[in-house]
Order: sequence, then C-alpha cells, then structure tokens
Amino acid sequence: MKSDMKGRGRNKLERTDRLVRLSLLVVAFSAVSTLAVITIFMFEQGAPIMFKYGLRSFLAGSDWYPTEKIFGLWPMIVGSLYVTLGAMVIGVPFGLACAVVLTEFSSRPVRRVIKPVIELLAGIPSVVYGFIGVVILVPFIRENLGGPGLSVLAASIILGIMILPTIISISVDSIQAIPLSYREGSVALGATKWQTVKMVLLPAARSGIIASVILGMGRAIGETMAVIMIAGNAASVPRSVLDPVRTLTSNIALEMGYASGEHRQALFATGVILFIIIMILNTVANVTSSRMKGSKG
Amino acid sequence: MGIIEVRDLCFYYGSFQALDRIGLDIEKNRITALIGPSGCGKTTFLRSLNRMTDMIENVRVTGRVIIDGEDIYRPGADLLALRKKVGMVFQRPNPFPLSVYDNVVYGLRVHGLRDKRRLEEKLVRSLESVHLWEELKDRLDANALTLSGEQQQRLCIARLVAVEPEIVLMDEPCSALDLAATANIEDLMAELKKRYTIVIVTHNMQQAARVSDFTGYFLLGELVEIGATHQIFTTPRDPRTEDYITGRFG
Repeated sequence: MKSDMKGRGRNKLERTDRLVRLSLLVVAFSAVSTLAVITIFMFEQGAPIMFKYGLRSFLAGSDWYPTEKIFGLWPMIVGSLYVTLGAMVIGVPFGLACAVVLTEFSSRPVRRVIKPVIELLAGIPSVVYGFIGVVILVPFIRENLGGPGLSVLAASIILGIMILPTIISISVDSIQAIPLSYREGSVALGATKWQTVKMVLLPAARSGIIASVILGMGRAIGETMAVIMIAGNAASVPRSVLDPVRTLTSNIALEMGYASGEHRQALFATGVILFIIIMILNTVANVTSSRMKGSKG
Repeated sequence: MGIIEVRDLCFYYGSFQALDRIGLDIEKNRITALIGPSGCGKTTFLRSLNRMTDMIENVRVTGRVIIDGEDIYRPGADLLALRKKVGMVFQRPNPFPLSVYDNVVYGLRVHGLRDKRRLEEKLVRSLESVHLWEELKDRLDANALTLSGEQQQRLCIARLVAVEPEIVLMDEPCSALDLAATANIEDLMAELKKRYTIVIVTHNMQQAARVSDFTGYFLLGELVEIGATHQIFTTPRDPRTEDYITGRFG
C-alpha cells in the first residue's frame, strides 16, 4: 500500500516534469521559429528580384532609381560600411580608454557613480541622439569644415557616441573580471599601472573587449533613426567624409512608406544584403577572436 | 646588521592594527621563515617589505624598514626600483595569461630591456635556474596557463629571477602544490639562497624546519620570537612559541 502511494507520487512528479519540459520547449521553439520565419520571409521577398536584375548590378550598381527600375545598392553598401567604420574609429578608442580609466585609475566611489551613468546613455532613444546631431553637430561641421554638414562625419561621430555605453560597460566588466593576482604579479615585478594595463590586463581581457566591439559594431550598422537625421541620405558614393551618405538601413526606412511592387521587393533585398553583411562581420570577428585565443590566450 | 632591518613597524588596516612594533633583522643569503596561525600578520609583514600593501586602500604604516641602508617608507621612495630589488612569489601561481616567453621576459621589458638577443639570453638563464628550460624549450609559445601547477610556480620564480632581485619574498609558495612538487620547490629554494635572500611565509612548520636558517613566530600582530631555526624548534625561549610548535595551539 505504502510503496504504491510512493510510486504514484513519483509518477505525478515525473509527469509534471515532462509537462514543464515540453512547455519550455514550445516557448523556446516559438522564439527561435519567429526569427526563422522573419528571415525566410525576408529572403522570399527580397531574393527573387536580385536574381531577376542580376546579382552583379544589384550589388555593384551605383545608381538607385527605384521608380525607373534601376536598383544599384553599391552606394548604400559603401555608406553603411563607411559610417560603421567611422563609428568604430571614434567609439572604440574612447570606449576602451574610458573603461581602463574607470577600472584601473579611479576610486571605487567614482566608478560606482560613473558606470551606471554611462549605462544610462544606452537608454536614450536614438531619435534624441539624431536630434542633438541635427541641432549641434551638423551646423558645427557645416560652418567649420564645409560641405552640407549632413555627412559621413556627422553620422560617424553620433554613432561613435551611441556605441560607447556598449563598449565601455562590457569592457569594464571583462577588465574587472581579471583576477587580482595578475595585477599583483605585475606590480610585484616593478611594473607601473599603465604597463600592467597595456601588457597584462588588456591582453587578458581581450575576448571580452572584442565581444564589446562586435556588439558595438552591430549597433552601429543597424542604427537607423539617428543616421537618417544626420547623414544626408544622398544615394551616391561619398567622396569625402563631409559628403552626405545613405546607409542600407536608411534606404529601407526612407522609402518603405511609398514603395510597392518591385520597389518594395528591392527594399527587402536591401534587408537581405544588410543581414548578410552583419553575418559576415560577426563571423570574421568571432573567428579572429577565437584564433587569437587559440594561439595566445 | 641584516640586509633588511625592520624597526618598530606598525601596520593598520583602517582602525585595525595588524602589526605591532615589529623589529627584526634579516640576513643576506639566508632563508628566513615566518610562521604563525592564520591572521597573525605574517603575510601583511611580508607584503610590507616591498610595499605591495600599497595596493590596498586605507592602510597606514609607522616605523622603518631599511633595505640596503635606505628606508623604503621614506617620502618619495622609488617603489618601482624597490619592487625590482625585492621580488615576490605568491600563494597561488599567477603566471600571466601570455606565452611562456612573454611571462619570463615581462619584468625585463617593464624595466626597459628591448634587445632581443639579451632578452633571450636572460630567458634561457632564468628558465635554467628553475630547471624548466629542458621541459619548456620547445614550448616557449605555449600559453603559461596550460602548464602544471608546479611548472607555473617555477615559471613565476623564473619571471622573478630574470630581473635579478636581491631579495625574494615567498607567500606560502607551496600551498597550492602537491607533496612532490612542494619537495621540488623546496630544493629550488635551497639552490636560490646562494644568490638571493629569501623570506618565506608558511603555515607549514615542517617546511619552515626543513628549508629555513632562521624562523620567526608571529602571533596576533606581534613578533613573539625570532632566532636560528634549530633553536626555535628545539629550545624556544617564549612559552607561546613552544605551545605553537608542539601543537598545543594553532
């Protein structure tokens, strides 16, 4: 009798366990499948037109007159890459320097105030960044450096600032995670703080720092609103950093309101290209970081 | 007259007094062991000898520590030079997550040596002096974290020997190692004392008895007694020392 009850109790537990596992599986699966459906939909909408007009002219064509069925995405591809590169050039050194100062050269109370403030920056809506760019940065560039102001430079600076919180907070976390014993070992050999940072801490935190750069890059290349407001959006390859530029994301956002038919499909194709570029960048970054890890640390 | 003379050294963490009027001399080319129950201040004392304690906020020191005739706590003392002269081996082996090569030449680079051939000469000599050269000469590019615990600790000693310190401080250098590795490191210490003055903190009394020439017993921030190791372990003068070494306390 007793053992029977025990058996039934365990049966019940096992059944609940199975049920929980099943429902978690359904939830997890639906999350992943939503992503899969979006991807499939995007490719289904965007891929045919690329093949219809030829992959080459789609990717390398430098003219974008969608109403006349001329779909050359080259200016936008270049635009996205320029703006992202510019954002990295500005954001990475500043972000890293800031992370090093916060972890190694400032006292605990300072760190405790500054770090949450920096993380708060990530919560500012991108339209606000764009607005600040339009009101302050664009006129400044126009008056001091020439050109229309709405430019690669303006977009790079604003995006560089926007990716700071990502780079700083992840880098700070990874530098802080380095065991104290490395710092002690270095200092005990007579190294200065800066030597310790340069020769031990940054190499030791490398994988975290690279992760922060990848995430920052993802944010920069995917950002739309702020870029539309300050980049000028001319669909031509910029000749200098003071020229206006249109990114892949802007291209979609600017025209989706009135696009139909093949034009609409071409915008989906823009999304496909963006998707592929992000995949390539992420893979390259991951592979380099894991290769460096394998050989050195 | 020792290479290190400590006079009236008091040490405070905030309002807690960790060391109380320590006075002792440490002799050149000898191994001095510091023993005592945990929390007695022996590690704090060791770290005050190369001012590693400066890494902690809110500490205060009074008294004098004279190394080679200079008070290391005088205002404007050159900490980088001090730490080059007084190196340290830690409780847990702490090689940097870099290659074996980069680990050994780290201190040399820090002190400005760039010449590749000189770096390599010193690398070989340092690794030889800790008996790692044969084992590692084909693995200089390997990450130091892939070595065994004993190899890591030897590497840390090689890293230190490379900058040619005068004094080597060891903070329980064998506590993370097994018995065989401990014996090997102890043999190494006996060899190293020909060239260096060694101060070792250990919780292991047998180890102190085996390797050291002098032994000091710390209790509650006080130096109870210091003398020749043989004397401390056979005829301690202070009853508190006797209680500790006979195992009645601690």
